[in-house]
Amino acid sequence: MNFDLNDEQRLLTESVSRLMMDRYDFNQRKTYAMSEEGFSPAMWQAYGELGLLALPFSEDDGGIGGGPVEIMIIMEEIGRALALEPYLPHIVMSASLLRHAASPEQRARLLPGMMDGTRHIAPALGEMTGGYDLSHVRTTAREEGAGFRLDGAKTLVLHGGCAHTFLVSARLQGRPADQQGIGLFVVEADDKGVSHRPYRTQDGQSAAELMLADVHVAKDMMLACGSEAGPAIARMADEAIAAIAAEAVGAMDSLVKGTVDYLKVRKQFGQVIGNFQALQHRAADMVVELEQARSMALYATMMSRHEDAIARAAAISSAKVQINRSARLIAQACVQLHGGIGMTMEHPAGHYMKRLTMIEKTLGDSDFHMDRLASDTNG
Amino acid sequence: MDLQFTAEEEDFRQEVRAFIKDHLPERIRRHLIEGRSASKDDIVEWTRILYKKGWSTPRWPVELGGTGWSAIKQYIFLEEGLAAPAPELLPFGVSMVGPVIYTFGNAAQKARYLPRIANLDEWWCQGFSEPGAGSDLAAVATRAVRQGDHYLVNGQKTWTTYAQHADWIFCLCRTDTGAKKQEGISFLLIDMKSPGIAVRPIQTIDGGHEINEVFFDEVKVPVGNLVGEENKGWDYAKFLLSNERVGIARVGTSKARLRRLRELAAIAGPDGRRAIDRPRFRDRLIETEIALKALEITQLRVLSDEAAGKFKGRPNPASSVLKIRGSELQQATSELLLDIVGPYALPAQQSTDGRNEPPVGPDWADAVAPLYFNLRKVSIYGGSNEIQRNIIAKAILGL
Repeated sequence: MNFDLNDEQRLLTESVSRLMMDRYDFNQRKTYAMSEEGFSPAMWQAYGELGLLALPFSEDDGGIGGGPVEIMIIMEEIGRALALEPYLPHIVMSASLLRHAASPEQRARLLPGMMDGTRHIAPALGEMTGGYDLSHVRTTAREEGAGFRLDGAKTLVLHGGCAHTFLVSARLQGRPADQQGIGLFVVEADDKGVSHRPYRTQDGQSAAELMLADVHVAKDMMLACGSEAGPAIARMADEAIAAIAAEAVGAMDSLVKGTVDYLKVRKQFGQVIGNFQALQHRAADMVVELEQARSMALYATMMSRHEDAIARAAAISSAKVQINRSARLIAQACVQLHGGIGMTMEHPAGHYMKRLTMIEKTLGDSDFHMDRLASDTNG
Repeated sequence: MDLQFTAEEEDFRQEVRAFIKDHLPERIRRHLIEGRSASKDDIVEWTRILYKKGWSTPRWPVELGGTGWSAIKQYIFLEEGLAAPAPELLPFGVSMVGPVIYTFGNAAQKARYLPRIANLDEWWCQGFSEPGAGSDLAAVATRAVRQGDHYLVNGQKTWTTYAQHADWIFCLCRTDTGAKKQEGISFLLIDMKSPGIAVRPIQTIDGGHEINEVFFDEVKVPVGNLVGEENKGWDYAKFLLSNERVGIARVGTSKARLRRLRELAAIAGPDGRRAIDRPRFRDRLIETEIALKALEITQLRVLSDEAAGKFKGRPNPASSVLKIRGSELQQATSELLLDIVGPYALPAQQSTDGRNEPPVGPDWADAVAPLYFNLRKVSIYGGSNEIQRNIIAKAILGL
């Protein structure tokens, strides 16, 4: 057992951290957020030059062969900088689906564009009536001739607006909530019958609603079906939760640091407010929550590729509940400790709060994961 | 980075588990699993079994009887003991005064005291807190005045755990009233049989008797019982208090209690209902399990950092969490037990051991409310949780 990074991992931490330090201060971020894309395409290229876009793919696929610890490192830095680029949906999540569900030929077709940053691939799995349950699929896939016809709607497709390609779950057979009978399809944004409605999210990022009307998908663009698609989606979700947990830890770490710095300079009653014990104790409680969250993000990372699906799900759900709890307590405490300035758009504290709140509501909130834990462990 | 235990560590765990299974008397295990505290005889018996195996002072230097285990193995040993459950080693000797003696004591003191600690031939208690020195420990007022070849000690200690069993007490005494309060304190070893010592029991709200007041009236203590230098006692006290980080979260105790909660929650109570089927209970149980898992990882991070020599001389932010969350979670598990037993928390009953009449309610019910009351202590002792927050604010956040 050890928690140390190896030399390559330390190097990765340093280079991502330096990139963010150089090009992601609060004002630059504002500029990126207000651009048409809602993030910085130049930064996306920079991610590519650092190898981050090729990182999760195996060397056989032309990638770098990074594992969950490397993803954790990158996501933590993304969280710290509140970076807006679609690394989570377009790399972490899509790469996971392609690793688990695609054939080598399908990967050979899709990966080069992903790795050089020219093709954005967004997973489109959730549906309006399914809540956080990704096996709830009403969108249908009808076999027809040399392919399939897809009909339905996908919701909250993260950074769907800029996607060239979607990885869509659709039902081949069974009822909407069945675990089996789901297929995973590659749908191009410019395919006939595909339309989408992009919008901004509360944290300055973006998402889209995706509509599929009699969309033709060739047979060789189905990634998985039968008993394979469901487990691939479940694996993806567990890996993505580990990644978003690391992002949350980065954001919380930065937010707590910023708040403690503020307590040391803001003066009231003729002294810095950090002298007041009521505020000190609130700050100490944030440290406790942050360290607990950090431990569970590590745990999620270690367990995210565990082969036993039940043990993996229990670990991942536990981690998400802890992250959600810590995120809410820390975000609220930090805005409170800043006082009025924390309420303003000019100050970073509120922006961290917004992202942390959206993280809480992404990939399962605490009620969802508590239910999952209860149904797994209800002895 | 690897969160899995190595094969060697897993083998070690099996070795410890098998040893405990083969050697821990079932009578003692049963007693502890019902949430009752170990008796003096239980602790002595188990310590001597461990001593024979060479495991009664695992953290001591190897030449003094330590095991040379890595920090992770120390943790596994501790965890297996708590999970069994086996009685814990008496901390006052093994973890507190022992390390002070082998680090700051002279050769005669080492030879005289250490072997008797290891085999629990002598029972130690801790003379730190006083009526006027609780969280503000450096305010100790018990006086030790040097008179030729001995000190004359006058004053009072309080909250002294197991003083009723103790052969020896280690005391912080004021030897210089003129100096800054931290600089006039000395560390004395005092024989509890010395004339002038009186022990008065304090009954706690759980009905138990663990703690005492200890009074010193003109007690003669040989000069040879001073550890290290006169007026340097505060340094030794700080060393002692910082030495016992690993066990303080009591993750193993809480884990064992959560396992028992799971078992009890799955059995129908007298009303025919299972606690696990009550959604509010179930959620709190799961939340406590999650928090404990997080704390366990936090504890392993601290151990791993210590083994790697990180944070030398600086406080590790993760370690500050251990006392606060560890005590809160111990308390949370006792509250869950209280909620499972429900109305049968009410009867104040003798323990099963000395009872002639059948119990009212489940036969484990009598220990539940006392355990809940008893564990309120854990957020108070060892530096109250409020003091811990002051420490985080000052030492870690620089506020």
